[in-house]
Amino acid sequence: MTDNNLPQIENISRRSILKGFALSGLVLAVGMPAQLLAADEKQKYGRDGMPNGWVDDPLVFVSIAEDGTVTIVAHRSEMGQGVRTSLPMVVADEMEADWQQVKIVQAEGNEKRYGNQNTDGSRSMRHFFMPMRNVGAAARMMLEAAAAAMWAVPVAEVKAKNHQVIHAKSGKTLGFGELAQKAAEMAVPENQNLIYKSADEFNYIGKKDNKLVDGFDIATGQTTYGMDVRLDDMVYAVVAHPPAYGDTLKSYDDTETLKVPGVIKVLTLPSSPPPAVFNPLGGVVVVASNTWAAIQGRKKLSIEWNAGPNRQYDSAKFRETLQASSKQKGGKVIRSKGETYNELANASSTITADYYIPHLAQAPMEPPAATARIVDNVCEIWTATQNPQAGVDTVAKWLEVKPEQVKVNVTLLGGGFGRKSKPDYLVEAALISKALGGQAVKTVWTREDDIQHSYFHTVSAEHLEAGFDESGNTTAWLHRTVAPTIASTFAKDAKNEMPMELGMGVVNIPFDVKNIQIENPEAAAHTRIGWYRSVSNIPHAFAIQSFIAEMAHKTKKDHKDFLLALIGPDREIDPASLKDDWNYGESPELYPLNTTRMKGVINMVTDKADWGKTLPKGSGQGLAVHYSFVTYVATVVEVVVNDDGEVSIPRIDVAVDCGPQVNPERIRSQIEGACIMGASLALTSEITFKDGVTVQDNFDGYQVTRMDAAPKEIHVHLVPAKDFNQPLGGVGEPGMPPVAPAICNAIFNATGKRIRELPIRYQLES
Amino acid sequence: MKLTINGESRQVDVPADTPILWTLRDVLGMTGTKFGCGKALCGACTVMLDGQPIRSCVTPISAAENKKITTIEAISEDKVGQAVQEAWQSINVPQCGYCQSGQIVAATALLRDNPNPTDEDIDTAMSGNICRCGTYTRIRAAIKQAAQQGDK
Ligand code: FES
Ligand code: FES
Repeated sequence: MTDNNLPQIENISRRSILKGFALSGLVLAVGMPAQLLAADEKQKYGRDGMPNGWVDDPLVFVSIAEDGTVTIVAHRSEMGQGVRTSLPMVVADEMEADWQQVKIVQAEGNEKRYGNQNTDGSRSMRHFFMPMRNVGAAARMMLEAAAAAMWAVPVAEVKAKNHQVIHAKSGKTLGFGELAQKAAEMAVPENQNLIYKSADEFNYIGKKDNKLVDGFDIATGQTTYGMDVRLDDMVYAVVAHPPAYGDTLKSYDDTETLKVPGVIKVLTLPSSPPPAVFNPLGGVVVVASNTWAAIQGRKKLSIEWNAGPNRQYDSAKFRETLQASSKQKGGKVIRSKGETYNELANASSTITADYYIPHLAQAPMEPPAATARIVDNVCEIWTATQNPQAGVDTVAKWLEVKPEQVKVNVTLLGGGFGRKSKPDYLVEAALISKALGGQAVKTVWTREDDIQHSYFHTVSAEHLEAGFDESGNTTAWLHRTVAPTIASTFAKDAKNEMPMELGMGVVNIPFDVKNIQIENPEAAAHTRIGWYRSVSNIPHAFAIQSFIAEMAHKTKKDHKDFLLALIGPDREIDPASLKDDWNYGESPELYPLNTTRMKGVINMVTDKADWGKTLPKGSGQGLAVHYSFVTYVATVVEVVVNDDGEVSIPRIDVAVDCGPQVNPERIRSQIEGACIMGASLALTSEITFKDGVTVQDNFDGYQVTRMDAAPKEIHVHLVPAKDFNQPLGGVGEPGMPPVAPAICNAIFNATGKRIRELPIRYQLES
Repeated sequence: MKLTINGESRQVDVPADTPILWTLRDVLGMTGTKFGCGKALCGACTVMLDGQPIRSCVTPISAAENKKITTIEAISEDKVGQAVQEAWQSINVPQCGYCQSGQIVAATALLRDNPNPTDEDIDTAMSGNICRCGTYTRIRAAIKQAAQQGDK
């Protein structure tokens, strides 16, 4: 690593693939075209409904070397969720490969070959568990067929076990490496003929102690993230981006910049008018011999910008606008059942509350970075991206070349959280390389670039009203949700939340209430609105789960009892009947909203957390439940609020029902992480705008939870699934939404103070 | 300028105010030390300078003259560092892993100074290191496990 002349490129996944597949010894090599489902006109769900669907061809995903090394392709992006471990592990288990002899290579962006690669929406395991089992089962059967042929015995007499095939009758064995050549000649079995292992034969699937494939490299500093890519003769670039959404470059002076030692060149990139889509922001580029020189050079630029349409954007004023519309009757009616307004007017008692949730930036620990070069009319990019195919397509459009002329190699991601789904920074790198005549260039985003130019989590005002009868039963529910929509990033003038956003916990509430009215007044966007881990579930769950605690308090009932009663009897609800036609893209038959499971996680978590236990003054427990990404999560947080109004969190319990658990250890770690990210947004994180520009630009202004404020204990309780044939739920995101409301409900129980806006910051100081 | 990095003497030709971070990463090609904020706010760039943890993103290379820089790439040459790396792997601490070079260097520096840290000691030593993925409970557990290792 210390030798500057080392061919650094060898560290890169793409090269490993080339090496792995092209060189001798690897025989299950070149794949057939993607085998997609037959295209019928019916609505497609789950993995069938995703762009470029799925592929389960063993020739695409598995190769075996004569020394027995089994190479498995990871086609989804690794950003901390463990997918590079978990999906290949499914293949290895199903094919009876020994994990010690497995090597993982990362796929480049090529969905025709690998199926959908957009690592987003908590979908990887949910959509690819079965395809990866198919891959593994097919590979195992090909190895068995090869052995049977070599021994001239019936295939039924042989069995693959722990990296070899055994003929029990004769006691003969052949290792996978010895069988590789022959196995590659065997026909790939049809899916309907695949024989799967039974759950009791699993070696890795569902086991508790699987180790991370990248664990050693991470601990020893040998991994390659997008930020770490190095090519021969590479230069470095940073970009001075237009400060507000829609600003453009007027003029600049680079005299001082060019005096900075190491600065090579200054050039400009065009800005594109809103809507942003995945287009690069444009601006002034400083190219230098190292990152530091480029950053110093950027500081010395003097730039004049043309003010765009969003220079007036001011979070304090915008908040008033949002809240005014959320309090006014009307707006697009999203769901209407019964006579909510009448019922509220005639109710024995009512309750009203308004909640506010600010913009957030994903701020993955690794800021965006992309390295590009153009050789022989092919633009090759190395980067940390959640969505490499979108990178290929967007870069091709901007370079005006065919997608085949763009290669996107996926490195490890230093976090993603939705930010790295948007390939604006890939396009930037490609355009800079083009301007440099194809020279290799690493475009680095500083933390300031990252925080000021996120695709921000939206800002929301949520207005709720409920009516009760004399016994305190809920008779009416009114919810008005107002927030700039993600659609505004893709279409001019989009002002209403999309079905996807509304389906994140606003319309699909399974509450047993006769009169329900849900409205969505318009809101304009003044910055790039994007998605952030768990997306609109954050404001929706915060408002609804806080409100339910307020309702319980108002009617003098225990929060848990009240919540269970509100959900009502055990039933499976067709999401469409709740006006949710999206349902996370999943089939309503396979994934109905199941109130038994929702109540199950509430009962489990309250039991494990000893709900209602006696706590000292200043301490309290809070509860929240939320269904998202077809997974049920209930959370109990215990807080301590000291005399200065500072909140600490001694313990969080989380119950998760996500169906079958393929890699329970990574499920736990995702839920732990969600608790901490949820604590961040509850306690301290907020992006505000002034004159169209973010007030925060680094971790001093944009504060996230650190060790001293982190929950001391997090206990994750997984609801066992009946078997591995049940539909899988998402894991990466659903842990997030209940955290903030559970914290605020706990604070209420500890102090009597109700938090209705995030972040909490100094609100508890007296 | 002459430097000692991970026990090797190295020669670099950069302006004296260039931070150690960018000298390591861009000039010497040692990318184990990460860039997270550039302002001493996140700890991703933590290295040791004569055994003390420092934020390499704000420390000029001139400050390292005649001193020893130790980075994640050589942390295993130290018994404590090795125990920390082992604990990290056995507990599966990392999620994305990007912050973990800095976390491991900071934890190693803590345990070298204080072989049996309390929770408060851990808070003080580690709160400069952000983990956006939220691995703090496991980092705490791994530090305690590594500390026990040292007891044996
Ligand atoms: S990069 Fe140095 S402290 Fe963040
Ligand atoms: S593991 Fe991702 S930032 Fe710490």
